Amino acid sequence: MQCVVTGGNVKVLAKAIHSLSRIGDELYVEPQEDGLALRSVNSSRSAYACFLFAPLFFSRYSIPDGRNFRCKIAIKSVQSVFRSLATLEKTVEKCHIELNEQKDRLTFTLHCKHGLLKTHNLSYQDSESLQAVFDKDTCTNEFRAQPRVLVDTVAHFPPSLEEVTVTVSDERMWVRNHVEDETERSKAMLTELCLASDEFDHFVVKTPNSVTFCLKEFRGLLVFAESSNLPVSMYFDEPGSPVVLSVTDGVLEGNFVLATLSDDPSLPKNKSKGAHAPPSPPPDDFMNDDMDSYLIAMDTSVASGPSTAGPSASTLTDPCTSKLPEANHRTRTHSEEEEEEMEDGSDRPPNKKFRSLFFGSVFPPSPKISTQPVTTQEVLASDSEDES
Amino acid sequence: MPLSTQSQDDEEHYVLVASLDNARNLSNILKAITFKDHAVFTATPNGLKVTVEDSKCLQANAFIQTEIFQEFTLKEDLVTFQINLTVLLDCLNIFGGNAVAGTSTALRMCYKGYGYPLTLFLEEGGVVTVCKINTQEPEEPMDFEFCSTNVTNKVILQSESLKEAFSELDMTSDVLQITMSPSQPYFRLSTFGNSGNAHYDYSKDSDMMELFQCTMTQTNRYKMSLLKPSTKALALSCKVSVRTDNRGLLSQQYLVRNDDGQICFLEFYYCPDEEVEEEEEE
Repeated sequence: MQCVVTGGNVKVLAKAIHSLSRIGDELYVEPQEDGLALRSVNSSRSAYACFLFAPLFFSRYSIPDGRNFRCKIAIKSVQSVFRSLATLEKTVEKCHIELNEQKDRLTFTLHCKHGLLKTHNLSYQDSESLQAVFDKDTCTNEFRAQPRVLVDTVAHFPPSLEEVTVTVSDERMWVRNHVEDETERSKAMLTELCLASDEFDHFVVKTPNSVTFCLKEFRGLLVFAESSNLPVSMYFDEPGSPVVLSVTDGVLEGNFVLATLSDDPSLPKNKSKGAHAPPSPPPDDFMNDDMDSYLIAMDTSVASGPSTAGPSASTLTDPCTSKLPEANHRTRTHSEEEEEEMEDGSDRPPNKKFRSLFFGSVFPPSPKISTQPVTTQEVLASDSEDES
Repeated sequence: MPLSTQSQDDEEHYVLVASLDNARNLSNILKAITFKDHAVFTATPNGLKVTVEDSKCLQANAFIQTEIFQEFTLKEDLVTFQINLTVLLDCLNIFGGNAVAGTSTALRMCYKGYGYPLTLFLEEGGVVTVCKINTQEPEEPMDFEFCSTNVTNKVILQSESLKEAFSELDMTSDVLQITMSPSQPYFRLSTFGNSGNAHYDYSKDSDMMELFQCTMTQTNRYKMSLLKPSTKALALSCKVSVRTDNRGLLSQQYLVRNDDGQICFLEFYYCPDEEVEEEEEE
């Protein structure tokens, strides 16, 4: 693979990598016929992002013919190539990306002002394709807005805020911070903004609905959209199915797929079960990579296989679905626990619920747990209390 | 004893008296070499030399010429003492250091000789602070025997271009490898970190390169942890001269322009790491 990026496009590339770094720790690089794909997924597989740079984006673009090449690199090391984002535009004249398969190195060469040549030889790992399954065209709600509108909107939320809830009606969109049900009312602060449909370039609501998704990744996309001044499109259906945010211009396309919180632990599962057939098992090579759990964000029906004890209990008992990712945004109760632990050491028993969830597949659940017909939260709580 | 009588009494006993209208001209330059507490001060008729060493592999010298001082009186040919540099800097910044523009701390630095403390009179806005810092037995600074006749390679760069490289250096690398060569890559900084390696090549024809005198290809590695302190000096400076001698010893000289436009010099010597293994050459 060999590609050359010149002028302002170097900054665009750098910004894209920067916003991908908001998602995950690894950058998946895949040179394709239709352009260079850079992807990232978060550790809980609840957020995925992909940028595709068309061959025209580059001054030169050639890919290895005959076979597919893919690799992943620690995103931090790629970021370090483009460390001084602010001065990049002024200092870097040309960026050369070359793959040396003999040495297993991906080489970034920056030709800078004053004849300074920066060469970064980064080691990579082979990887399988990271491909999310999503179809934004079938989404019933569709919006497009100038980046400024959305940047100004999220600016009102504190940096520590994890999730926002977007509610839409026929002619309005409300954005508000997501407040946990269990949060003490006296401590909770609710911020809500209302955007009229005429703030948007495009506003189609077929199913008025409300979805909650992570703000951090959303912000990551907005930083990119703002710097390249591209309108942001948003697509979603219903709580529990992913929201897709995308930017596009002639030579690049960026898609961010973010999981949304299910409305109710039991309800949407049952509803969506019919709609989404259980996905075919991941291909074997996919399993070899660390991507053995299917991407939750891409297909939310993964974990909601038929279960008698309700979806939450299945999370505990079914080894295939008991991974953290499933828990993260599958049900509201789980994510609440997670956040509380992140935010502060509350007076609840630390980590235990979380951990028992995490190791659910390793330790077979006790009969006591599996017979309990109540919600996961209580099951887990009683479990952790027993231990302590 | 009242201050006035004391200073009158003692004036003639001092072996060193140095005054500055702006103490920042001293403190700024000393900050750049404060990577260890202990510093040896050597006063000669040419001015003041402050030496800090680390691990017997690194020596940093700050030169503050006589001209920088408004008064520089030396009763002996050579006055040497060792002092805690961190404490001295704290004293020099006792009025808060870089305060509002237009105000500056005036300094009068006096030393009576072996066994006596270093006395600082600091004045700002009519307020005088007197600091006495105990001096220590001076240790003999190392002699790196870096001699200009043995210099094999020398480049002078505008600091601007090195600042960028140093701010981006991969700190997961234990060493910084410097290659100087009359042919390509001319002047190269390399790091070998967790994520791979990186090279910064400076062309000899670059407009940032003020002088390029390389006679032979030399590749040496220096401990990143030892080189790190010099970034402070780099940040202060406007030009840097990088030289290596036939033993691979590295000398960096920084030209620093102070608030009043006067020039001071900072100098660093580094011993190279063990021999470079050729196989790791990129």
